Amino acid sequence: MSMDLRTITIEPLRQTFGHLARRMGADKPASRYMEGTMDLQPVENYHYRPTWDPSHDIFDPTRTRVTMKDWYALKDPRQFFYGAWTLARGRMQETATADFDLAEEMGLAAGYPADGKAVVNQVLLPLRHVAWGSNINNSYIAAYSYGIAISQATAYACMDQLGIAQFITRLAISLDEIDALAEAKQAWLKAPAWQGLRHYIEDQMVMDDWFELFVAQNFALEGLLFPLIYDKLNDRLNAAHGPVMTLLTRFQREWYAENVKWVDAVLKAAAADNPANKALLGEWIRAARQRSIEVLTPVAELGFGAEGAAVLDEVVQQLDARAAKAGIPL
Amino acid sequence: MDMKVAKKLGLKERYTMMTRDLAWDTTFQPMDKVFPQVGYEGIKIHDWDKWEDPFRLTMDAYWKYQAEKERKLYAILDAFNQNNGHLSVTDARYINVLKLFLGSTPPLELMAARGFSMVARQMVGAGPRVACMMQSVDEYRHFQTQIHSISNYNRFYNGLDEFAHQQSRMWYLSDGKSFFDDAITAGPFEFMVAIGFAFEYVLTNILFVPFISGAAYNGDMAAMTVGFSAQSDEARHMTLGLECIKFMLEQDPDNLPIVQRWIDKWTWRGTRKLASVGMMMDYMLPKRIMSFKEAWEIYFEQNGTALFTDLARYGIKVPKCFEQTIEEKEHITHQSWIGFYMKPDATPFHTWMPQPEELDWLSEKYPNTFDKYYRPVYEYWIEQEKAGNRFNNKTQPMNCQVCVSTIKFNEPGDPMEMCFRETEYKGEKFHFCSDHCKEIFEDEPEKYVQTFISSHAALQGKCEPEGTDVNAHDYRPGARMHAYWRMDKRASGDFNGSEDQKNFAKWRAQATRN
Repeated sequence: MSMDLRTITIEPLRQTFGHLARRMGADKPASRYMEGTMDLQPVENYHYRPTWDPSHDIFDPTRTRVTMKDWYALKDPRQFFYGAWTLARGRMQETATADFDLAEEMGLAAGYPADGKAVVNQVLLPLRHVAWGSNINNSYIAAYSYGIAISQATAYACMDQLGIAQFITRLAISLDEIDALAEAKQAWLKAPAWQGLRHYIEDQMVMDDWFELFVAQNFALEGLLFPLIYDKLNDRLNAAHGPVMTLLTRFQREWYAENVKWVDAVLKAAAADNPANKALLGEWIRAARQRSIEVLTPVAELGFGAEGAAVLDEVVQQLDARAAKAGIPL
Repeated sequence: MDMKVAKKLGLKERYTMMTRDLAWDTTFQPMDKVFPQVGYEGIKIHDWDKWEDPFRLTMDAYWKYQAEKERKLYAILDAFNQNNGHLSVTDARYINVLKLFLGSTPPLELMAARGFSMVARQMVGAGPRVACMMQSVDEYRHFQTQIHSISNYNRFYNGLDEFAHQQSRMWYLSDGKSFFDDAITAGPFEFMVAIGFAFEYVLTNILFVPFISGAAYNGDMAAMTVGFSAQSDEARHMTLGLECIKFMLEQDPDNLPIVQRWIDKWTWRGTRKLASVGMMMDYMLPKRIMSFKEAWEIYFEQNGTALFTDLARYGIKVPKCFEQTIEEKEHITHQSWIGFYMKPDATPFHTWMPQPEELDWLSEKYPNTFDKYYRPVYEYWIEQEKAGNRFNNKTQPMNCQVCVSTIKFNEPGDPMEMCFRETEYKGEKFHFCSDHCKEIFEDEPEKYVQTFISSHAALQGKCEPEGTDVNAHDYRPGARMHAYWRMDKRASGDFNGSEDQKNFAKWRAQATRN
């Protein structure tokens, strides 16, 4: 039997805010993502020019060569406003933390075989600095991009990357390899295998066009690095030493699977807006893809030896497929 | 047996590994190209490692705490909305507080979110960078939860529906816009003094207490919960602002005069911005918490004195405007309400004359000024209103070139005289509401000649709805302001006789009687 509970019903005067009704073409309820995102950034009547960049307005669509009829077309398919984002990350960190606790309690982490630890120390630990680089680059986009749709999602990506850097740090602590963190940092700063990647990330830090940086950092570099490490290298470590590394890198894997949906949606929307964007994105992807392959080749060799180039080639094909799916011919 | 002893990390050491140890000094690109903005304001930093982290929160802990808070907050909002919680507020005048709040506050929180992203990108040290980026996403939280908590009111009451459109167009919102535009166009260190210190540390309680306690006192559980939920974020933001001041002062003695000038400037700008908050406390909350004067004494005079006593060891003096604000606390809220009451056609919220017992409350709270200067004005207007002649000033106001307040405050020491200042720059005259604003202008004239003052710009034909032909022979500047603002006529005018007033009475009767 179902109970029909009665409440007082009052007829509302309107369903949503004016800017959202105009956007939807009808006065109907809007989601919390829309309420917290759409058309909120000021676009006019700025009081002063930035003293740090007098040739632009505070928010200025010409800080990138990409043009958009509607900057809010760059929306997030995950519909992450702050609440949705932090709840999603709250759940992910809870699972990841439980995995760390389990691996630590059962002695799986500290007892991880020395061969496995050597690979982790050499290949995985320096990546905390790569994540920090991504954090800096995403904070640039969060700061200087146009419209709240993209600035908000990159602000969250920036925090996600800090979280990833911290989960990698925690991995070293769990493996009882704290000293290896200092060695990994030295390798990041000095070892030949890492200098190409570090050079590229530092070049990204001085890139002017925020959308080009988005393509280079979030699409090309991460689009190769994450599958290379958290799929391919993880598979290899698991085959040799059991599935412990899957537990200890769970956050990164889950994060990446979700994050690509957003990155691809942004590229797809920008490419669909006009042919000039499509050509420009293709140009940027080709350049960033080429440079990423060059700088990741020695890293792949660290992880996979002679097979490094072949493994890297597999993930390059995944990246090409994503570009094609976003409607960008390479 | 070869046993390695597990190395244990202390909390501070662990946090260091989790944050500043991630960073490195770039070598392929020069550091001053990677961080181009930290030098031009003249602040000297010798050792970023001396930065003391004001709080140590790794991302896993951050997400855990914040997710718990969000879960509770949205559960309460949903319940409040489902249950027609808007009908439980003291009376429908209260909803005008939310209109003022929605127009003025979430858009500024948004500017704080973007501004802190900028500072997070520009600071060289990893410690301040991490703290700033955390504050940036917190500010996203604040403007979104504020919009979400007020969204349901928008379905039932007028004047909330066009806040996003009005944020850059509405005359009385330009003081807040100018405040944040000024901060975000300054360099990263000045932004930290403006928003992180002056706003978040010195003045935030004056903003927080009236809105949140006001919501609690007046039965608005939605806004109250948003405020309380934001409080633990605010505690972090306050410690960040203070740490930044101390860090600059400890790094180099040459920083002192720069920081002092910024403290003087931003405390004054914040004080001007808070006049409308005070007006809300004294006139708009049906059930009042305390007078603005009392709040100013506790949160600015007492707490501020303690703060500046603490900072005296660095050579910092109390802000220059301190004495003037003490004199003004007896006047500015009355002058502000009078200013808004005079313009019933020009705001998307309602105004009204205080009821007799409210006039008595004001007399009691302002024994030195209310009966002498302000009660006679109200008594006259109440009489006029009864005679069918509600006061309505249809002219454009004159605004201060710096704070963009309408020029309406009194001459220091003389409540019967309006305060005007002017200066000439490159052959043009500029007008100010006070000596402090004039001084701010004279320090940086190239910046403040740019101020966008909508009431002045409207007369120049710069505030017209899309498609207006300003060269048409019958064009009259400012004649179509309502269209430019997208202001619903039902949202303006006196509260008495408004649609809000009638609907609230009808719906409350429907909910409480048979």
